[in-house]
Amino acid sequence: MLSFLIRRLLQTIPTVLAVVLLVFVLFSVVPGSIASTMSDDSDPQVELRMKKQLGLDQPVYMRFGAYVARLATGDLGASFRTREPVTTMIAKRAWPTLQLIFASMAFAVLLGVPLGFVAALRPGSLVDTVSMVLAVSGLSLAKFWLGLLLMYLFALRLGWLPSFGYGDGGLKYLILPAVTLGVSPMALLARTTRAAVLEIMTADFVRTARSKGMSETRVVKWHVMRNALVLILTTMGLQFGALMGQAVVVEKLFSWPGIGSLLVDSVLQRDIPAVQGSILVVVLFFLAINLLIDVLYGVIDPRIRYA
Amino acid sequence: MKLRANLVIGGALFALAILVGLLAPWLAHTDPVMDANLLNAEEPPSWTWWFGTDGQGRDIYSRVVYGARISLTVGIVSQLINSVIGVGLGLSAGYFGGWWDDVVNALTNLMLAIPSLIFALAIMAVLGPGLTSLLIALGLTNWSFTCRLARASALSLRNQGYVQAATVLGYGDLRIMITQLLPNMLGPIVVIGTLGMGSAVLSEAALSFLGLGVRPPFPSWGSMLSEARDQITTAPWLSVFPGLAIFLTVLGLNLLGDGLRDILDPQSRSRRT
Repeated sequence: MLSFLIRRLLQTIPTVLAVVLLVFVLFSVVPGSIASTMSDDSDPQVELRMKKQLGLDQPVYMRFGAYVARLATGDLGASFRTREPVTTMIAKRAWPTLQLIFASMAFAVLLGVPLGFVAALRPGSLVDTVSMVLAVSGLSLAKFWLGLLLMYLFALRLGWLPSFGYGDGGLKYLILPAVTLGVSPMALLARTTRAAVLEIMTADFVRTARSKGMSETRVVKWHVMRNALVLILTTMGLQFGALMGQAVVVEKLFSWPGIGSLLVDSVLQRDIPAVQGSILVVVLFFLAINLLIDVLYGVIDPRIRYA
Repeated sequence: MKLRANLVIGGALFALAILVGLLAPWLAHTDPVMDANLLNAEEPPSWTWWFGTDGQGRDIYSRVVYGARISLTVGIVSQLINSVIGVGLGLSAGYFGGWWDDVVNALTNLMLAIPSLIFALAIMAVLGPGLTSLLIALGLTNWSFTCRLARASALSLRNQGYVQAATVLGYGDLRIMITQLLPNMLGPIVVIGTLGMGSAVLSEAALSFLGLGVRPPFPSWGSMLSEARDQITTAPWLSVFPGLAIFLTVLGLNLLGDGLRDILDPQSRSRRT
């Protein structure tokens, strides 16, 4: 188990390095220098001074070398705008984003998995049709549109929930953004669960369990659920990546002070160290989640060995 | 029965979206950009203004109709770029194997590690807003599934008798890949492509919503919703129609993709996800 963990961690190193390189190359070819877009007057002397200050007068490969060296010590550089260390900026915003992502995933799992189960246990029934229509609709919605509609209904019309912002970080601020973000993974989980359960129901071991007189509840609980869990977990792992991407839009819509809105603001203001840092942190988080899920496979399904 | 319903409803919605885009100049009541008139600002939906008007007095119906052009162009063109890249890399990697296969695998893993919307956002940041940038950003970031599929198919097909026969007949590698392998993997690739178009439409809307897509005042469904957010208290109808247009278009593509999968990939019928 431990050797598996170490090997998997080592395997992610090339990916992380490749992402660092990609993000760095992408932003070192930005047409027009950042200094020229930042100084209001186009005085070449001011521009030169700013370039020097920001280290932009060095050749690209030197900058990359210095960047990687600083990264190794956990230093993501300083924001072009605020001069604040990017690590501090991200640290301040990590918790709201984690709250949002995990709350949406919880919403998606708690609603999507039972929905898929119920649909699969009665294929072709009204429940099945309705839940699958809901699922395909959930996948076709633009997240921010759903968010706008929810905001209008629950915040502006009914006044039940705050319309945007983080407030004191309480649950009532979290509900609308989390539901908005959670709808499409919920839809996908419902579909995956339904498909997985339908397939497992026809498996030999289910027929055997039934023929030896096991009650239907026990069959579902012991054989179907456990086997479906592996597929559900895979879908969840992949959805975390999509959630990180969509969180950018949802955080922006609800003025949620997370990494996603930091990323968008930094992109709009061409604050390159902050953009690079945010992307890197998002990728690391995604890789960590996938590692965790690989470990969980073995816990759920002992047949999966860490060979 | 369900199989037909997917295809028919999905196909009809998608065809409708295309028709609206093509016939926009005839369907629209006013020019979507030029006909701003503050005297008509924020009119609710009525017989004159079907979908209402925005803060600058522009007809929302006409803007939604013209918006179909941007969404569909981005959806179709960027997905075509993705499919060409995915098939090109995956097919050649599966066929040739060796170091090229390793390179393509590494690239695919890299793409899968970065959430595609975030990658597209980064590319938009570098290229700046605009239609061409959108096509590039979305066309370069969503090919990994097509690539994996093409690679897996090529791997399983390359040892088939008819491929070996073609080699013996003296067919070149490129000719074998295009005439022998490609036609046999086209079904699933078309399915992924259809679903990919839907997600490209959603991504375009998201990027435009964030202010990184098509430049205003040109109508894009995403940027219209971005403007609608600020006026949600005074003119809530602004938030309804562009979102509905996105929803119906993407729903059409998703249903069409599901329906095509039922026909083209019969094995997956039971494990449809």
